[in-house]
Parts: sequence; C-alpha cells; structure tokens
Amino acid sequence: MNVTPFVLLELQPVFIWLYQLLEKIGLSGSWLTVASYTGLSLFLFGLLSVVALFLVWWERKISGHIQQRYGPMRNGWHGWYQTIMDGMKLLLKEDIKVVTRDKPVFFWAPIIAFVAAFVAYVVIPFGKGLIVADLNIGILYILAVTTFTVISLFMAGWGSHNKYALLGGMRSAAQVVSYEVPMVVSILTVIVFTGSLSMVDIVNSQSGIFFNWFIFRLPFGPIAFLTYITAATAEANRTPFDIPEAEQELVAGYNVEYSGMKFAMFFLAEFINMFTVAAIATTLFLGGWHGAILPSWLWFLIKTLSIVLLLMLFRWTYPRLRVDQLMEFAWKFLVPLTFANLILASWMKYARWYW
Amino acid sequence: MSEYLSVLIFIFAGIGIVLLTFWLSYLIRPSHPYPEKDINYECAELPIGTSWIRFNNHFYIFALIFVIFDVEAVFLFPWAVAFGQLGLYALVEVVVFILILFFGLFYAWKKGVLKWV
Repeated sequence: MNVTPFVLLELQPVFIWLYQLLEKIGLSGSWLTVASYTGLSLFLFGLLSVVALFLVWWERKISGHIQQRYGPMRNGWHGWYQTIMDGMKLLLKEDIKVVTRDKPVFFWAPIIAFVAAFVAYVVIPFGKGLIVADLNIGILYILAVTTFTVISLFMAGWGSHNKYALLGGMRSAAQVVSYEVPMVVSILTVIVFTGSLSMVDIVNSQSGIFFNWFIFRLPFGPIAFLTYITAATAEANRTPFDIPEAEQELVAGYNVEYSGMKFAMFFLAEFINMFTVAAIATTLFLGGWHGAILPSWLWFLIKTLSIVLLLMLFRWTYPRLRVDQLMEFAWKFLVPLTFANLILASWMKYARWYW
Repeated sequence: MSEYLSVLIFIFAGIGIVLLTFWLSYLIRPSHPYPEKDINYECAELPIGTSWIRFNNHFYIFALIFVIFDVEAVFLFPWAVAFGQLGLYALVEVVVFILILFFGLFYAWKKGVLKWV
C-alpha cells in the first residue's frame, strides 16, 4: 500500500458518506436514487459555475499578459472577483426583447445551449469513482448531447430576427457540423483499442505507467490527439475557428440580440463546452484520473486545465481563419487524415503492434 | 436502467436551474421598453426588409455531406467496439466501406462542391 498523506484527499468517500446519510434519513428505493441524482446535478451546477467564472477570469488574464497588459486588476487580488461582478451585472441587466423575434425559439435557445452543455457531465469521470453514472454508451452519449449546441446556436440565430445573428447561426451550424466528422473519427481511433464506450473503461485501459496513455501510443495516438484538439477547438467555437462570432464582421454572431441572463447562459455554455472538450481529451488521450501520488481528482483537474490553457493560447496567438479556408481545412485535410489514421490504428490493433 | 434516470434528472434540473435564474433576474432587473429600443440591431439604422434573408446554398450542400459521414459514424461505432473480436475480415470490410465513401467525397471535391464561393 502506498500510504501518502494525499490519498486521504480522495473525494469518493465523501460522496459515499453523503449517500449513507440520505439512507439514514429514511429515503429508500427509487426516491433515494432520485434524491442523490438531483443533489449531484445541483452540486455539478455549482462546480461548473465556479469553473466557468474561473475560466473567464483566467482567459482575461492570459489575454492581458499576452498583449503586455495586466487584464482585470481592480476587484480584489489581480481582479479575482471580477467575473463574479460581471455575473451580477448581467443578472441586473434589462432584458431587451426585439418585437419581431420568433418568441418560443428566442426563449428556448439559451436554455437548450446550457442544458446541452450541462447534461454531458453525467458521464465525465472527475476522479476514481467520481462519476455520476457510468453509462455503457459514455462517449457516444456525450457526442449526442453536445451536438444539441448546434441546434441552440441556430435557434438563437433564427429567433433573433437579425441578419448578423442569422449569418452567425448558419456559419456556426456549418462549421460545427463539418468538424464533427474528424472529431468523431479521432475518438473512434481510441474506441478501436478500448473496445468499450464507457468512460470508466476507457480510463482504466490507460492505467499503469504514463506510456499507456493513448497520446503516447505511436504513431496513431499523437495524430488522433492533434486532430481531436483541432476539431474540438472548432466545436467549441473558439479562435482560430470562431467565424460564427467574428466580432469584426458579424458584430457578435448569433447572440447579437441577447442581453442579460439569456446572454449569460450562452456565455456560460460556451465556457462549459470548452471545459467539456478538455475533459474528453483528458479522458481519452491523457489517461484521465491516473497519476502518481496526488489524488485522482486533482490529476484530472491538472490535465484538463492544461488542455484548457492550450485552447486559450491558441485563441490569443493565432489569427482567425477565413470561412472558405475553414471548410476546406475540415473536408480536404482533417477528414482524410483522421480516416487514414483510423485504418492505421485498426490495422495495428489487428496485428497487435501495440502495448 | 436506473443509470439512465440520471440523464433525465439532469435534463430537468438543467432546465429548472436556467428558468430559476431567468425568474430571479426578472424580479430584480429594470424594464423600460420603448419602440426604438426593441427594433433589431442593424448598425443603428432602421432595419431594411425582413431579416430572414436568403442565405448561401453551400450551407445546404455541406449539411448533406455531413449527413452521409455522420451515418457512417453511426455504423463505425458498433464496429469499433466489437473490432477486438472480429479479426481481418471486419478490417477489410471497413476499409472498403470507407473507400466507397471517400469515392463520393472525391467526386464532390472534383465537382467543386467543397470550394466555398
């Protein structure tokens, strides 16, 4: 047994203790299941809000330092509660409703955007045993629900009754749909080796030393990782693939007409999506929660935040692609590359050229 | 099946949380609408015509190509899960399957479909 002080920091016993506490109160059977899942959903909402607030602050600091300025400095130490104040401001903002809007579509778009981003967290393994429900279709489920983001963006573009918003919505639909294909195929490259779609099984197949992580399985691993990260950047609508919300040409894209809390929901969903794609990259390619000495959830956080940092550095170092370059890069380069990589990986799996 | 109950609960909890924040904001925010404020934004000019304009045909063509490849992905998922037990025959079949699709992509490429105008 490796007895290190950090092992005591594992979070799984806390949740087991809480579950037993619910049992002691007298809940039983299906009510216990419902209560624990509801509690977990509220807990995850709180966690994701904190993560999103932190990511917004972090992004502003990184952009500031890359552009040789400080970023937010006034509210607290290095502006640490700047984003909380921004959230308060958005909560207090007047909700301007365009009279010509498509009412139900306009109203439901931010809700779908948030729910599509939030529901994916059912199967994200935050650490050893820290998963809401280990669905056996894990990664396929994530792909299925996060695709609803496209629908919400398009609904926002259509419902706003605004030319810029409509163009932004159309562009984001075309872009997300195009980069969906290389993303799915690079995920399939990993699935060929694990033989299971469950997130826990995928993480467990990378246990042991860190050379078991899929990113280190030469030669297909790094290729799949790079294509995944590229496609995921486009999926999360981030620069260099942020044509849908190109400020200079489309003012803000699909969310031009949104204000107040509705805008905040799109913003929150965008940052949650960014964390989701980083978490998937961690789970599939970087060995998930596996790591030495430190508790598992901390390893997960470190790896995920490193990927998020990578995405942020992409955003502030690369110029934006033109829309034709964007589409041609997806269909003429990424799609053939990922499929070739998939065939290579499955041949290696068949010939057992792997460890 | 109780695992899938979590998905349902998460969907309803997500919708509930968003509606709750909307309601909370409704309670405390100001509301002073007037006609000029509520017209849609077009660089501070009066909007010309409807905003549900015609858009580029290319979006539709890319959507069509995407549907083909997405259906392919649906076929590839069960193949990828079961590949460990299937052997060479399954590998050859998938290569043929992908090649047929790529023939279609290549055709679209040569026809100039993938070129954005």
